[in-house]
Amino acid sequence: MIEYALRGTKKYWTLIFTLLAVIVIGFVAYLYQLREGLSITGMSRDVSWGLYIAQFTFLVGVAASAVMVVLPYYLHNYKEFGKLTILGEFLAVSSVVMCGLFIFVDIGQPSRVLNIILYPSPSSVFFWDFASLGGYLLLNIIIGWKTLDSERKDIAPPKWIKPLIYISIPWAISIHTVTAFIYSGLGARSFWFTAIMAPRFLASAFAAGPALLILLTLIVRKVSNFDPGKAAIQTLAKIVTYAIIINVFFVLLEIFTVFYSGIEEHIQHFKYLFVGLHGKSNLVPFMWVSVVLAITAIILLINPRTRKRENLLIFACIAVFVSIWIEKGLGMVVTGFIPSPLDEITQYMPTFPEILITIGVYGIGLLVLSILYKIVISIREQKA
Amino acid sequence: MGMDRRFFLKIAGWSGLGLNGIVKAVTNDENIATEVPKRLAMVIDMRKCREQKDCKDCMLACHRVHNVPEIKNTKHEIKWIWKEPFENAFPSQNHEYISNQEKSTPSIILCNHCDNPPCVSVCPTQATFRRDKDGIVMMDFHRCIGCRYCMVACPYGSRSFNWEEAKPYIKEINFKFPVRTKGVVEKCNFCAERIAKNQIPACVEACKEKAIIFGDLMDPDSEVRKVLSANDTIRRKPHLHTLPNVYYIM
Repeated sequence: MIEYALRGTKKYWTLIFTLLAVIVIGFVAYLYQLREGLSITGMSRDVSWGLYIAQFTFLVGVAASAVMVVLPYYLHNYKEFGKLTILGEFLAVSSVVMCGLFIFVDIGQPSRVLNIILYPSPSSVFFWDFASLGGYLLLNIIIGWKTLDSERKDIAPPKWIKPLIYISIPWAISIHTVTAFIYSGLGARSFWFTAIMAPRFLASAFAAGPALLILLTLIVRKVSNFDPGKAAIQTLAKIVTYAIIINVFFVLLEIFTVFYSGIEEHIQHFKYLFVGLHGKSNLVPFMWVSVVLAITAIILLINPRTRKRENLLIFACIAVFVSIWIEKGLGMVVTGFIPSPLDEITQYMPTFPEILITIGVYGIGLLVLSILYKIVISIREQKA
Repeated sequence: MGMDRRFFLKIAGWSGLGLNGIVKAVTNDENIATEVPKRLAMVIDMRKCREQKDCKDCMLACHRVHNVPEIKNTKHEIKWIWKEPFENAFPSQNHEYISNQEKSTPSIILCNHCDNPPCVSVCPTQATFRRDKDGIVMMDFHRCIGCRYCMVACPYGSRSFNWEEAKPYIKEINFKFPVRTKGVVEKCNFCAERIAKNQIPACVEACKEKAIIFGDLMDPDSEVRKVLSANDTIRRKPHLHTLPNVYYIM
């Protein structure tokens, strides 16, 4: 089926070569990092994880959100999602690929990365995260590829694929739960030390992921004759609505516990995020943008009349995606380090090469996504 | 015969119960079995430390023998043992009316060699581990992949990452101790390499005031035990139940 990705319009090839150019730039920046060490990033002794790990965390959520189309279709027989599941699964594949790459570029000694397999350490949450992400990647590749192949040949998917699909549903939940455990199990970091971390991760994932999927399906609809149908898009939009509201609710729960208990150790981080701490306030403007976007999106999504207007829906989806990207891909990780365990406030600002590498990894993810979606589109166009 | 003892034991062990007795007789395991594991600990007497306000002997000695680079950029600094103001070292014990002498003298801090070390459980490659025979939390610089999860898990800021190449920042290289490559984490090792030669840690040896007392907590007659029972001592962030093995007399 890969041959479908090798034949395409001029537009398709322009996209592919643009992405390749972005990847090459990112790769050159990575070679620079490889030579100089991680000193070329904005990370420091106090803020030891930055943009890379934050992107990893955010993208695990996008990957997990595929379950939001798979579950209604396979467990509730919601037929409208029939054409969308493959797009969700392939989005998951490209997201997990990026997750792996973000971990890889963050590692100080990349040549030793296999030590994770050579010396497996079940006491480390990383071990479980790699296992669950690896399994999830495999599941989605197999499920996506096999169902698409059956669709192409006009035959029913093989029977053995069903159990795999059922396994993939709780598995999707597990990847983001385990990713939350990386943070929420550490007594040293009061900002993350909260049992609601995993539910929050899932809620934000099920908002941002389907929001992205809506945008992607609309793009697919524009460039091909594939139409996901109004009903499917609206159902996805409702999922986004519930999820973003639940996410905001969870954040408010945290804010209550933290501020009513009055424990300074916990309050400091929230202060840093929203008002700044001792005059240090790098993230404050971003966080308020995130808040405003989330509220705007909720207003637009909750009202059926605005939700059904496609232009406004597109805007709301972008707002949800950006809002959660700021919350998770920018604020969540870095704020855990500010203030540090030694009560030091060291701020973090990603450097130019660090941003180039990040964009490069996103380029690889988009390349994988474009190729996979191209195959889907070509097969469907051929049959239409 | 080209068979070493460990291999022989393995074969013998798998060969079944019949060989059990022979193996025991041959290897004379009793010596190993009766050796009680130590628990190495340190007591830092801040009263004595205060006498010499500007003294840096312990830090200099440690950083010299362990090839710790002197990086001026605080974001990339490497520290094994250093001074930190009281409110930073003991944030939960700080208060508005704290005695001047406590406040004015920075505390000496280093890796606590916790009995319950969070850095060890999070390490995805067991590059950092707690040594059973004496409780030292060690680092394998050659196995560390540089993911920095241990730095995230340590509640004491005791770990440093080699953000850049260290060599240019080391004045005089001690060739008896490895110089770390960039991209790995490091920290105080309680001078495991000196303990192996029956020496005391470099910082303990360097302290003229004898403010750092080092020894085995499992030995009731050891100096650390005596000092601990004769004085009021505190540990850093005890509520986290990491069980630090570095104690402070304020």
